[in-house]
Amino acid sequence: MNATPLANPSSGAHVRSVPGDLPGDLMEVSMGPHHPSTHGVFRMIVTLDGETIVRLKPVFGYLHRNHEKLAENTSYLGSMPYTDRLDYLNSMTNNWAYARAVEQLAGIAVPERAEYVRVILAELTRLLNHTCLAGFLMQDCGCSGTPLMYAFREREKILDLFESLSGSRMMCNYQRFGGCRVDPSAAWLAAAQQLVDGYGPFLDEFEALLTGNEILLARTQGVGRLSAALAINAGVTGPMLRATGVNYDLRKVDGYGVYPRFQFRIPLGEHGDVYDRYMIRILEMRESLAILRQALAGLPAGPIMNPAAKLRGFRPKAGEAYGRIEGPKGEIGFHLVSDGGPNPWRYHVRAPSFINLTILEDLCLGHTVADAVIILGSIDIVLGEVDR
Amino acid sequence: MLGSGILQGLLVTAKNFVGSFHDPARYTTLEYPEVKPALPEAYRNFPFLVCDNATDPLGTLRCVACQICEKECPPQCIYIEKSRDKKPDATGKPQIYPAVFAIDTSVCMSCQICVEVCPFDAIKMDQVFEVATTDRYAALLLDRGQLTKPNTYFHTIHPTEAAEVDARLAADRQAAEEKARVAALAKAKAPAAPQAPAAPVAKRDQTPESAP
Amino acid sequence: METLTQLRDRIAALFPAANVVLVTNPSPSAQHALRLDATHARAIATFLRDDPALQLDQCTNVTGIDWPEKEVVDVARTTVADPAGGAPRVVEEKTRRIEPGRLEVVYHLYSIALGHGPVVLRLVTGNRTDAVTLPSLTPVWRSAEFQEREVYDLFGIVFEGHPDLRRILMWDGFKDHPMRRDYREPDDYEWEPTPHGDVLAKAKLHYPAPAPTPAAPSAP
Repeated sequence: MNATPLANPSSGAHVRSVPGDLPGDLMEVSMGPHHPSTHGVFRMIVTLDGETIVRLKPVFGYLHRNHEKLAENTSYLGSMPYTDRLDYLNSMTNNWAYARAVEQLAGIAVPERAEYVRVILAELTRLLNHTCLAGFLMQDCGCSGTPLMYAFREREKILDLFESLSGSRMMCNYQRFGGCRVDPSAAWLAAAQQLVDGYGPFLDEFEALLTGNEILLARTQGVGRLSAALAINAGVTGPMLRATGVNYDLRKVDGYGVYPRFQFRIPLGEHGDVYDRYMIRILEMRESLAILRQALAGLPAGPIMNPAAKLRGFRPKAGEAYGRIEGPKGEIGFHLVSDGGPNPWRYHVRAPSFINLTILEDLCLGHTVADAVIILGSIDIVLGEVDR
Repeated sequence: MLGSGILQGLLVTAKNFVGSFHDPARYTTLEYPEVKPALPEAYRNFPFLVCDNATDPLGTLRCVACQICEKECPPQCIYIEKSRDKKPDATGKPQIYPAVFAIDTSVCMSCQICVEVCPFDAIKMDQVFEVATTDRYAALLLDRGQLTKPNTYFHTIHPTEAAEVDARLAADRQAAEEKARVAALAKAKAPAAPQAPAAPVAKRDQTPESAP
Repeated sequence: METLTQLRDRIAALFPAANVVLVTNPSPSAQHALRLDATHARAIATFLRDDPALQLDQCTNVTGIDWPEKEVVDVARTTVADPAGGAPRVVEEKTRRIEPGRLEVVYHLYSIALGHGPVVLRLVTGNRTDAVTLPSLTPVWRSAEFQEREVYDLFGIVFEGHPDLRRILMWDGFKDHPMRRDYREPDDYEWEPTPHGDVLAKAKLHYPAPAPTPAAPSAP
């Protein structure tokens, strides 16, 4: 842990260096873009002193398709299916964040039932994302297959719910400005209730498999520590931030939707290491189950769409809005600028996993390559969102 | 005790392993090509065009080539050319029809926005998913003939939605007939009314169908 | 939190030389903004972060916006009394002016410590060609590091004082800035069966005659 970080390369220089650039017997390793541990096409240029990381530069853009330019050339409605493809695990929360930004921009009210349904779907998405993350993190630890398959078995049940409601497992395209597209039937709600009832026992089993496992403790505790001050300054949000002990959850702070009506707690970490990040997600899933039980019990009858909301020919007045919600990976926000036309003049995605990567180098310095893999896994990135 | 966590984990794995042989809740794999998955009714993949009569699919298309879906389609995968002539639709009203209607399914992302914006219930979501071909361009570009499927097929894949659509269309047709009847009555009551506005309609009706 | 007007007045008192403008947002979101001048931006940002009443410790979102040069028609309505004694007339006077092109960076600030926000900051470049340098706020908020790199990459705004200003999403050898409104991609046309808009125009260039139709029209 005595390695000193190298100075940043000068402005405008390429990160990749010729061997002569490196002092002493440092070695440069390019991890990725095709590497099973990088969760997609992501590349890290790692400079090593022996096996210790002294510099790490992430390289992005292998999945870049200029989502924002696409949105500027499409109507407001037309961007909704594209938001599914940002963080393809969490299409429901992406939809909600975008719908919320547009609703703020145009001042559209959302019926109460739709708000409840949105909460139910967002919390199901949180369960889905955190279950997957725990599975992937174990995969990154070298625990090949078993926890990931258990996680995927449960995830598939949630995806079946999404499919029977929206028609698609992952690309839901479900939310609309001023409500939701389809009204969930009584049968669907019963199925959701059944899933919620069965999820607690699964989490117990999952934790029995993992939480006390000595190998997991040895690999994750004290690895990739993040301080609260750095996390706040670097814009880290979501479970990453709360693992450092900062009590900041938009569901409580902004109180958007109908979240203020539900009783739930915000789990906080103490050390900000990989283990805390894992544990926070497990605890958040239990709180999500509590929210789901309350929301399913209190779901009011009524319309699912605001009848005044327009589907076609939607042209909000000139102005701008930044709408954000607490996604499973952190704060997902949309910044929209309207000039009064049918397409947004500017459409920007505040992608949580992109901004959470800002501190990747800080977390990895002084650790080994194998640790960098689990640190990256614990940040929880999806490259569709990082590269946009 | 060191190692107790690992032993506990192994116990869980053993339980799942044994359970996967006799507990159906733990046996989740489907032998896919032999066993087809049960798709939920809402499942959607790729749009198709609805026609009312299976014996004359292209003659009874509901589509009137208004090009709204072409304009709203986010990845711009729909291509429509309007016809120059008109053909009577299901209610007997002369309508423009799509001379060309093509969907590039290599681009289509099954978002179903075309279905939502269609004012005529003419385009609906299909449930096909085994669409692999060896030709990237021609085989994935579906033309009017390949896209058209009868309303009975729509009933088999989305029964609830199809019943709703049929009821709505029937109500619309009845309302239109009612309106026409009332108009005809009013016309009969006022025989002195000038006949001029009716003339162009009558003239157009006489133009031969095979104009192009 | 104090209102944005009070905040502007407080900043104006603390930084007398600074030019701080309140930019109102007409949309129902009512997220108004403060436009700072480039010279004092970093000092004011540090003040916003450290002031005990504000503690805007998190810069959540950084966006660039491109505003190309455009012609604006200002309509001034004046009511003129009719000398003949009739009803007063409303006279519209139209003046045309050219709004110069500029690039803008928007920062959304929130306070985690106090739970308020957003405070929106805007910085504007002189034009879209040579005066595109703005001060980087990365020394104040680390979260701006990658986001300012993204704005540099996609809009071409140069952030002075950024520790590592390189392209981030596009590759190193890329020349242009793709999020500018007047960006045109190179003509690497590939045949598309259902062309629309720009693609259709290109298709016509590449396949002058006959125009590509996706399928032969079958007889009605």
